[in-house]
Order: sequence, then structure tokens, then C-alpha cells
Amino acid sequence: MKSLAELEAIRKATINRINLRTEDDSTTTRVVVGMATCGIAAGARPVMLAFMDEIAKRQLSNVTVSQTGCIGMCRLEPMVDVIVPGQDKVTYVHVKPEMVERIVDDHIIHGHPVHEFTIGANE
Amino acid sequence: MDNYRAHVLVCGGTGCSSSGSATLIERFHEKIAENHLEKEVKVVRTGCFGLCEAGPVVIIYPDGTFYSRVKPDDVEEIVTEHLLKGRKVEHLVYVDHATREQNAEKKLEDITFYKHQHRIALRNCGVIDPENIDEYLAMDGYKALEKALTQMTREEVIDEILKSGLRGRGGGGFPTGLKWKFTYQSQADQKYVACNADEGDPGAFMDRSILEGDPHAIIEAMAIAGYAIGASQGYIYVRAEYPIAVKRLSIAIEQARDYGLLGKNIFETGFDFDLNIRLGAGAFVCGEETALMHSIEGKRGEPTARPPFPAVKGLFDKPTMLNNVETYANVAQIILHGAEWFAAMGTEKSKGTKVFALGGKINNTGLVEIPMGTPLRTIIYDIGGGCPNGKKFKAVQTGGPSGGCLPESLLDTPVDYDNLIAAGSMMGSGGMIVMDEDNCMVDIARFYLDFIVDESCGKCAPCRIGTKRMKEILDRIVEGKGEEGDIEKLERLAETIKATALCGLGNTAPNPVLSTLRFFRDEYEAHIKEKRCPAHHCKSLLQYKIDPAKCRGCTACARVCPADAITGTVKNPHVIDPSKCLKCGSCMEKCRFGAISRE
Repeated sequence: MKSLAELEAIRKATINRINLRTEDDSTTTRVVVGMATCGIAAGARPVMLAFMDEIAKRQLSNVTVSQTGCIGMCRLEPMVDVIVPGQDKVTYVHVKPEMVERIVDDHIIHGHPVHEFTIGANE
Repeated sequence: MDNYRAHVLVCGGTGCSSSGSATLIERFHEKIAENHLEKEVKVVRTGCFGLCEAGPVVIIYPDGTFYSRVKPDDVEEIVTEHLLKGRKVEHLVYVDHATREQNAEKKLEDITFYKHQHRIALRNCGVIDPENIDEYLAMDGYKALEKALTQMTREEVIDEILKSGLRGRGGGGFPTGLKWKFTYQSQADQKYVACNADEGDPGAFMDRSILEGDPHAIIEAMAIAGYAIGASQGYIYVRAEYPIAVKRLSIAIEQARDYGLLGKNIFETGFDFDLNIRLGAGAFVCGEETALMHSIEGKRGEPTARPPFPAVKGLFDKPTMLNNVETYANVAQIILHGAEWFAAMGTEKSKGTKVFALGGKINNTGLVEIPMGTPLRTIIYDIGGGCPNGKKFKAVQTGGPSGGCLPESLLDTPVDYDNLIAAGSMMGSGGMIVMDEDNCMVDIARFYLDFIVDESCGKCAPCRIGTKRMKEILDRIVEGKGEEGDIEKLERLAETIKATALCGLGNTAPNPVLSTLRFFRDEYEAHIKEKRCPAHHCKSLLQYKIDPAKCRGCTACARVCPADAITGTVKNPHVIDPSKCLKCGSCMEKCRFGAISRE
């Protein structure tokens, strides 16, 4: 038998797991990882898993992680776009798993892009 | 890790299951494991998405990509391209019937089939995993029960349902709130709530889809109803032909008991309520409320005369409140969002939405939920996509064997209980079968009557004997042996049966004949007087002929004829022997010169 509080806790925990089926774009932050052959070869999969881990660890409910194909700058892979609603898209290049924590903390949670990792700082 | 980056939703409704969605799910698990994605991608078996025509349906979130008619061999491509590399598999994306667009970026709700719909009863179908109570809870599940038990009195619950204007979705359209009130007012030591899931109309499958896709919604609503009327026990009467629905319902009841949402002292409010499933053997008459209750009691499923109504004396002679599945599916939403929210939708006397099962000669076979008052034309053309192969629309049958056929001229009728009755049909449980120019209306009437003759329980003479006599007359008419006066005889029998049969099944049994007589009398007359079937459907009235001027003597027709009814020599006109002809139409299909005609 579950108490009302326990039911509410189940609701909250489950909605985090299923809201990517129902969410509207206007409030969702999207993390898009380049996962074409070039991206995967450069190590995009550990980067993507690191993002998923970090997002789960911090229990962020309105962030989705998805992949995209090659955008032509294979030498800069692994590349990650972070799109916070209402803000410009930020492209990170040469992303390594150890950089993920800062991107999630500074950019996704606090809204300050990590400029030294962006394409602008590296080109 | 509990968070997945992508969810693969595979339809597990009956439609998609029969087109192989179970194999798809297996294959997805296999391929996802092969590519080491099992910690990132989750596969969910959901209820019906509604667009059964495009099944098996697979939707991938967060992108919302809608794949249709997915075959097991396509799974590998979806996994390695879409799930691993993020490239959508364009050639499997659903093609919008109206715009002819195959747009992978398009969201589900932008697809023409879904654009006109408003989903309340079907809100969770195709969204959640019906076998996982947590997902139902996450969609505000059991919040309405909590609200009713902890914040509302029993009278307030009944009042809310009454004010919402909800009417019985099983067909009759009796105000649901009144039914609740009457049962509440009956005094007894024990009362019952029951759910009619004995969906028997040919072509109707909305109740099945709700039970398969969102079983907890019914359990929650029945518990609310139990609280309101003062019942501690409920029964769901579901037909054994719905194995997936029965299985998911059983799982859901177990889960609800586990969580203390069924059983003793729910939410520590002192309210006890439990549910049991009773399987029906599939008799149509058991959808009639008195017959249904006799069947639950273990007696023969035969109707008895009312009054006494079930609200006074129902199951085991105790006051019983019986509602249909779709009616219950609206209850929790009304309690949660309020009566005004619900009453703001629909027409003056029919509030909310209605689910229809679209079938027959229509492009998008499937399940649609629309606000009451939506014109038939919108349902059939905008949502349904019209008749396939460019054929001309002839009629739409609503209300199953108790309903009627409506012609083109009535297509702008806004759909609600009263408008459909005024038009000569009825809402019924929501089957909607579309017919095109190739359908013979006399034969359609005969089909429904045949169903009634089969399903009549035999207890009262008008239904047992009357419908049989009507069917004999129709049989004669389609065989070309119709006589002057047959139509009048049909009408007289119909009126007598309507006035004297014991239950709703019998009272409405002649409707398909009466409504086709009303709108398509000319077809009956053509059969009887001219021995001609205008739709070229009735075989006994058809004759295939070869035009000697057009026939080049290619022998194609003679070779394809299964009955060797066509004779002739090469380069000379051929002839059909009417005594041997089976009227299969193969020769006409085969002829390249248009020399063969039928009339």
C-alpha cells in the first residue's frame, strides 16, 4: 500500500522518464551530438553517454539528448550543439567526456555558455 | 541509469499486433542489444495510436518521428541509422494522406489525421505503457480518485458528473450523472458498479482500444463511481474475444491492488473498493444491460423487461450502476479539470468528445476522437481521407446494427446524439462504416439483419421470428425474386418489431432496413421492379456480356474464366454462356479492349 506522498514521488520520478514523449519544444533544452562516422570515430559515444549520466545525476527533467549526422567539419568532432530555448545555439567542438560536467553546470543549468570550448574559440 | 535518451514506442493494439508488432518489439530489443544501446534506448509497447491503416506504427521520441508499416527487416536500419547515428530513415516515414508529404520533421499532432482530433478518452493511448502503473500515475493518474476521496463529498462527485453533461457513450446517450444519482439514492446494504466492455457492434473497437491502451483510467473511474454511489465491489464485463484487453486489465488490477488503489481503506479514508473481471462469451445481446447482468450472475444471457431499472434492482437484485468503457474513460478527467472544462466542448446537448472507429471503404481506417458537433464530412474526408481508389462516396453507417445509413446529402450534419437520431440513424457505440458506389444498400441492410438474426437471443417472438421473416424477404430481393409489395411488408414488420420487442436490441433491429429504405428506396425498387442492382453488386442480378464489335478475339478472357463459360476462336468475337457464368468478374479485369460489360 502506497501513501499519497509516495504516489506523488512515483509521479515525479516517472514523469522525468517519460516526458520526452510529451514535452513541447518551447521549454526543452536540446543537446545534439554529432554521431556520423566521423563523430563516432572521434569519440562521440562516450561524450553522449557522459551527457546522459550528468543529466540523470542532476535529475534535469527538461533536457533531451539526441544525435545528428555529419555537418561537414569532421576535423572538429566530436561536436555538440546545446540549444537552450530562447537563446542562440552554441556549438562545442573537440568535446571530451571530462568537459561535459562544466557544460551541463554552467550552460544548461545556469545559462552561461563555456566560451573556451565553443567553435568560436577554437577556429 | 533510469534516464533514456530515446524511447521507441511500438503500437501493441490489436490492429498492429495482428500486423506483427510483437515481432518488431523482439527485433528492436535484439538490434538495440547488438549495438550496445540498451542503456540509452527504451522500447515501450503502447496502446493503439488510432491510425491502424498505417500499422504497425513505430514512433521515436524525442524527435517524434512517425514510422508506418514497419516490417521486421526494417528494424535494423532504424536502429543503426536513427538510433545510433541520428539519421532518420526517410523512406519509412508516414506519408500524410492529405498533403502527400513524407516529412520526417513533422510532429504527430501536425499530421492531418490527428490535426482535427481532440483526445480525452484516448489521451494516454499510444503515449504510455499500459502495463506500467507508474507511467499512468505520471500522467496525473489516480489524482482524480485522490481528489474525490479526500476533498469531495459523494454528492459533489455526482453533481460534477451531472453538470459536465456527460452522456452514456455506449449508444443510448442517457445522462451519466442521472444514472449515478439514481443509484446513489437507492437504499440497500450492498450496491455494485459495473463496466460494459461487451463491445459487439460490427466495426466498433474503441472500447477494446481504451482497455488495451489505458486500463487504469477505467479502474480509477470505477473506483470514483463506487465512492459516489456507495458500492464496494465492481465488475468489468469484457468479452473473451479481447485477449489483449483482458490481460492488460488483469495486470492493471493487480498493480492497483499492490499500490493500495483498490482494496480496503483506500488512501486511509475508510473507503473499500475492489474489482473483478467477468468474461463474456461473445453474444451480442449481452451488451444489453439486463442480459449483461444476468450473465455476470452466471445465468443465461437473456434480457428481462425494465422497470425495475438496474439503479433499483440490478446485479444480484441489488442497485447497480452500469456504464460503458468510453463513458468511464472521461470520468477522471472531469473530476480533475471540472465540469465546466468538459461542458465547454461539444454541442448544446452533447458535451465533450466521441471516439469513432472508422472502417469500410475509407483510406485511414482507425480510431478517431473528435469534439461533438464535428460534421460527418470532416471525419470522413479530412480525417479519414475519403474513399480509396477515387470511388464515389455513397453512405456512412453509424450506430452498428441498431443504427442506420446516411447519404451524401446529410454529410454536413454535426455529429451528436440528437442530430444523428433526427437524421434517421444513431450514435451507437461509435462504429462508422463508410460505403462507396460499389456497395449495394439492400445487401448492406441484409448484412445487418443477418447479424441480428444470428444474435437474437430468441426470448421474444417479434425479434426471433420477425427479423427472420424480414431477412427472408431481403434474401429474395437480392436474388432477383422480389415482388411488388415487399417494401410495404418490410415496413409493416419493422414497425411491429420496433413497437413490441422486449429489449433494445430488438427495438432497434429494423433500423438498418428502415434507414436504407428512407434514403435509398430507389435501389430497393430497382431490385424488385427492374431486377437490376444499381451498384453491380448482387450477383444474381448481374449479367456479363461481350461486345462483338470491340472483341478482338485475343482469348485472354476465355483463359482466365474459372468456369469455362467463355467460348470462341482466335481473332473472332467470344461469347459468354450465362448459364455457366459465376459472375466473378475476372474476364472484365483481364480484357484490354473494354469489350466486356456488366449490367
